[in-house]
This record gives sequence, structure tokens and C-alpha cells, in this order.
Amino acid sequence: MIAEAGLAALWLAAAMALFQIGMAWAGASGGADSPLYLRATRGVALAQGVLAATAFAMLIWVFARSDMSVLLVVDNSHSLKPMLYKLSGAWGNHEGSMLLWVTVLAVAGAAVALFERRLEERTLAATLGAQALIGMGFYAFLLFASNPFARINPAPADGQGLNPLLQDPGLAFHPPTLYFGYVGLSVAFSFAVGALLVRDVGPAFARAMRPWVLAAWIFLTIGITAGSYWAYYELGWGGWWFWDPVENASLMPWLAATALLHSVTVLATRDGLRAWTLMLAVVAFSMSMVGTFLVRSGILTSVHAFAVDPLRGSFILILLGLYIGGALLLFATRVGTVKQGATFEFVSREGALVINNLLLSVILGVVLIGTLYPLVAQAMGEQLSIGAPFFNKVTVPVALALVVVTVAGPLLRWRRDTWRALGRRMLMPFAASIAAAMLLFLFARDAGLYPILGLIFAAGLAVGSLLPLVGRNLRRTPLHIWGMAIAHLGVAVSIAGMAADSGFTKERLAAIPIGESLEVGPYRVTLADVGPTVGPNWSALEARLEARRGEGAVFLLRPQQRYFSNPVTSTSEAAIATRWDGQLYAVLGNGSDQGRWQLRLWWKPFVTLIWGGGGLIALGGVLSLVGRLWRERRKRQAEEDDE
Amino acid sequence: MKPKHQRMVLAALAMVAVVGAGGLALSGLRDEAAFFYAPADAKEAPPETGRAVRLGGMVAAGSIQRAADGVTIDFVVTDGKESVPVTFTGVVPDLFKEDSGVVAEGHFNADGSFTATNLLAKHDERYMPPEVAGAMHKSETLDQ
Repeated sequence: MIAEAGLAALWLAAAMALFQIGMAWAGASGGADSPLYLRATRGVALAQGVLAATAFAMLIWVFARSDMSVLLVVDNSHSLKPMLYKLSGAWGNHEGSMLLWVTVLAVAGAAVALFERRLEERTLAATLGAQALIGMGFYAFLLFASNPFARINPAPADGQGLNPLLQDPGLAFHPPTLYFGYVGLSVAFSFAVGALLVRDVGPAFARAMRPWVLAAWIFLTIGITAGSYWAYYELGWGGWWFWDPVENASLMPWLAATALLHSVTVLATRDGLRAWTLMLAVVAFSMSMVGTFLVRSGILTSVHAFAVDPLRGSFILILLGLYIGGALLLFATRVGTVKQGATFEFVSREGALVINNLLLSVILGVVLIGTLYPLVAQAMGEQLSIGAPFFNKVTVPVALALVVVTVAGPLLRWRRDTWRALGRRMLMPFAASIAAAMLLFLFARDAGLYPILGLIFAAGLAVGSLLPLVGRNLRRTPLHIWGMAIAHLGVAVSIAGMAADSGFTKERLAAIPIGESLEVGPYRVTLADVGPTVGPNWSALEARLEARRGEGAVFLLRPQQRYFSNPVTSTSEAAIATRWDGQLYAVLGNGSDQGRWQLRLWWKPFVTLIWGGGGLIALGGVLSLVGRLWRERRKRQAEEDDE
Repeated sequence: MKPKHQRMVLAALAMVAVVGAGGLALSGLRDEAAFFYAPADAKEAPPETGRAVRLGGMVAAGSIQRAADGVTIDFVVTDGKESVPVTFTGVVPDLFKEDSGVVAEGHFNADGSFTATNLLAKHDERYMPPEVAGAMHKSETLDQ
């Protein structure tokens, strides 16, 4: 019954979405009855959110109960699985993740309907209408092409399990995090469409859109950081970024959202960059759709294993074409009626933000071309693949230029400034870079060009990002200034981690008998023993490694080769020891007939800074969001008190 | 600057960004794209030695040989038409075995052999990398 209830809720939610489009249309057209329709639109959006959430809750329920009469549960779960992975099995597959997508979309629409007070009513109605229109495509997709509640008859005794690679707490929460980000961008897109429809683009619209962009960006940042760390410790190859299409699928919306976040600030603060911001909102959401398409259609080869189904791929591709094409068409026909915003001098905060946007767009364009080019080539009958060398070579120089702009931007005044003043304020960051360059020249001359440049630029950015806080009363400094400083500092920390990892990593690979030792970096690692061990739904061969740094204490590392029976797979579980100055990373390979075991060891100095920096970036976003919302609430309260 | 002019400048800058991204990407693609080779492609038009490329095909039956150091293996990648000897030092992926698909990243040597720095094989028995499937298909069609 529960599966049927879920399906019914899904149909009702789809009906509500259709209804919502009609109400919004009537409301936004501005007829005599439109106030009535506007109120109705809010109510319908609320109902749609509740119904979609109900459907998703039902899906989680059938997974929690391991109801093997539901096909999706059979395919993706097993009664012996730990509860966390039973639940995450609900969205760790194609149908479930699409249902999650549309649920977050509907709930976000309901939240807009419930809380949004800044927007003009007609713009809000147009926004909710656009939101429902996006939702309709996904409802149709779920109901006609991939019903998550389909039954199987007769029901098998048990399920087939979940891909063991996905049985990891990090990955259980990874897709929802990214989806919150994607869907947050869909709200920004709906705002842009709504604003274009009623020709109302200005600071009020930007201030309404900004929290959504910020929230989406925070989730994307966390999602990418967590995904990178997951790939690093779970795949056992010691790398933190592969330039894999699935990774690029999350990076592209993040790049667009980062650009949008900065341009929407110009629009909110200075009423500039109107058309540009609308365009970026369209692009950012398009990138979420492209990302969903790449991940869910299985059209590209990826090191991450996901379902492959060309039919569903084409369905998403059609949706993609309709949404992006429609939005671009609307943009092209309406942007002429958007009034010119405020102007500014080139040397100013706005000017720096324009350069920031351009550089981010260039990186985005390169990543997009690099990701899609193999597809195009394939369509033209040529097989090729594009790897890390291409992306690194093309993006790193642009990213380094972006670092310079990131230092300069916050040091410039709004509207107009002078080169001279900028030069004076850039002295400190420049000195920090010179100091870093000298230290590297003395101690690490052979680290390689990019790592050295990365560390030099990171040092300048670290100092530069904190300068906006210097000379202020720190307790009275608005939270969003703190947020900006911390996020920029996070970028510097991440870059330092990436540079240190690629410049100073030490690696050892050998097959040794039990009792023998290997040296890697400052560590001496002895293979003490290899033996069997078991977990809840796997068995494993586990090595005991005794590691020691100089004369320090001996500690144990236990890398494993795991074997899963449902489905039959084996994975390699790396053992990682974290120290303040880096990580020791060990992987167990195969054993040989002569009683030797393959061991792969890495000493990765300061590699943790990569994800620590990601955390700081997200923290900066959170501070900024909280600060802005808090400020607005206080302002609104003050206004209400005046009345 | 007049508002209208500023708008034109911004539009021009946007164009510069788009063209710049395209140009950068194309120049990068020309130099650095790790092109995919099937053994038959490599025989026909060998890539210059040392350039980072990918080699894909099936691991020939009975070709895997382990070296004395325990971490180096030699094997032969074939597409049914031609074959290339490959040397790889490292931990092989779980599903790397004879008669199944593999993509090797690395470079060709002057003698036509291949040195792999990385092997890609998926965690799924049914999986065959699309490039391999395509390359097999191409070679088979060429035979007829």
C-alpha cells in the first residue's frame, strides 16, 4: 500500500504543478482578479511541496522496511544491509535520485511561496510558475519513464544489494548535498525567468535572489569538497581530482554559481550588471541540467560507475534543450527591455568583479568543451578521451590570474578608484608572495613550476584576503565581510594544499614479504601481518602495517581488500593516517605465490589543506548568508516597529 | 563613459571571454588531448613516442606475465587485428584479467611497445569501456 500511496502523492504533486502554472499565469497577467490568483499560487506551491515530500518519504519507508515487492528496492537494496545504506539506497540510484531532485525542487518552491516577502507579487507569481514548469518535466520523466514505485511480481526473497563503492557514509549524503545546490540554482533561474517575464530587474530582485544563490553555492562547495575526499580515500588511487565527467558535472555549476554570486552582489549593491546577472542565472541552471544529464544518462565513460540507459538520457536531453532553449529565447527577446543599470569606472570593485566573472566564464567554457568534446567526436565517428593534462594545462594559468583579481577586488572601492591606491594596498600581499618565492627557492627548488607558482600565489591571496578586516573594529564588522574574507582565505588554503600535494608527494610501490619494511618520505613502514577479517556484509584480507617516523611512536595502519557477495565485487580500502603536516596513505595490492604482498604507500604533505580550504570556503558562505538574513530581519522588524 | 558605451564594452568583454575559452580549449585539445588508440590505429599511424595517450582493447589470453619484483607485469593488448605489448608497474585493478577489456594510460616507446602508468578497468563484470567496444567494432568491420 505504501508504494501506491507514494505513487498517488507523486501524481497529485504533478497535478499541483500543472495547476500552479495556470494560477501563476493568471496572476502574473495582471487582470482584475489577479490578487486572488496570486494568493492561490502560493497555496498551490505549498501543497505541491508537501505532496512531493510525502512521495519521497514513502520511498524511504519502503527502503527502510526492505519491501522486496518494489522493483527499485530489489535492485538497490538487501535486507542485511546496515540501516544507513538502506536509507541512502533510496536516492543512490537513478529513479530515487530523480525523485529527490523533484522533491527538493518542489519544497524549495514551497519555501519561496512561504517566506519570500521582498519581491513584487507579480514577479513572485511568475517565479513560482517557472519553478512549476521546471518541475513538470521531471514529474513527466518520473511518471512515464522511471517510476520509482513500480512493483515486481512475484517478489524475490531478497534484493541485489548496493554497489559497495556507494556504501560509504560520505557518499550516502553526497548526492543530496549536490542536489540541494542544483535545485537552489533552479530557484535563481526561476527568479530570472520571472523577472524577465514581468520586466522587473533591479536591486530588490537581486536581493531576493541572492540568498538562494548563496545557499546553492554553499551546498555545491560542500558537495564538491566531500566528493573529492570520498574519491581520495575510497578509490584508493591517492588522487583527489580526476577531471572525470562526473566530477566536472558538479564543478561547472559551481563555477557558474561563483560568477553569479559575485555579479548578483553588484546588482544588489550598485544596480549594475543587470543583463549579465540574468544571463548567468540562466547559465548556472543550465550547468546543473548538463550535470544531471551527464551523470544520469551514462553517456560518457566515467571512472564512477552509474546506470546506463540511452532512453533516459535522451529524455533528460530533451528537457535540457527545452529549458535552456526556452530561457535563452526569453532572454534574447526580453533583455532589450531591461533598463541599463548604473555605470562604473573600470578601476573599481565592479570592474574587478567583471574581470572575475570573465575569468570564471573562461574556465567554465574550457571545462565544458573538454567534457563534451569527446561526445561530439564520438558522434562524428572518432573515439577519443580527454584527460587531466588538457584540463590542467588550460585552466591553471587562468586560475592563477583569477587569484590576482581575488586579491585586488576586495581592496578596491565601489564605483571608482585609482591604480595608485590599488598598488599601495597590494603591497602587503605582494610582499607575502615574494617571501614565499624566496623560501621556495631556498628549500624546494625542484618542486615543479605549477606547485611553486601555486604556493606563491596562495601566500599572496592568504594575506590579501585578510586585509579587508585590518583596521576595522572586528566585533562590529558585518558578518558578510567576515564571510568574504574567510571564503577567500579558504581558496588560498585549498590552492596551497593542491600545490603541496602535487609538488612534494612521495610514493613507494613494491611487493614485500611479511616482516620486511619500506621507506616513504619520513616514515618507515613494516608489513607485520596479513590476515582475514569480516564486516557486516563483506569479508576482507587485512594487512597490519607498523609505521614509524624517525624515533617516534609506532602506529598501525590496516589497509584491506574487501570482498562483497551481493553483488559480487571487491574493493580496496585504503588506510590513511592523518598528521598535522600531511597524510600517510597505504593501499594493499595482490599477494603472490612466493608470499609477497603488493604495497603502495604515499606520503602526502599538507594534502588535508585541500579539503580544509573547501570547508573554509563553505563556512564563509554560511557566515555571509546568516549575516545578510539577520540584517534583513532586523531591518524589517525596525520598519514594522515604525508603523 | 556613457551607459550605452559601457554596455557595449561589457558585451565585447563577454565575447572575448567566450572566444578566449574556445581558443584556449582548442589549442589545448591540439597539443594535450590524450587521444585514444586501438592497437590497429597504433600500427597504422603510430603516435610520437612519449606523448600521453590511451591504449584500449582486450587483454590477450595467456599474455599476462609477472616480473620478479612483484609489482611489474607485462601483457598484450589486442583488438583482434593487431596487438601491442604493454608494461605496467603498479597495483592492477580488481577486474583486470585476461580476455577482458582494459584502457591503459601511458605512452608508446620507439620499439612499438607501450608503457602504462595507469590501468582503467571497471568494477563491473559486464562493463566494457565504450572506447574498447567502439575500437573492436571498427577493427571487425575493417576485416570484412
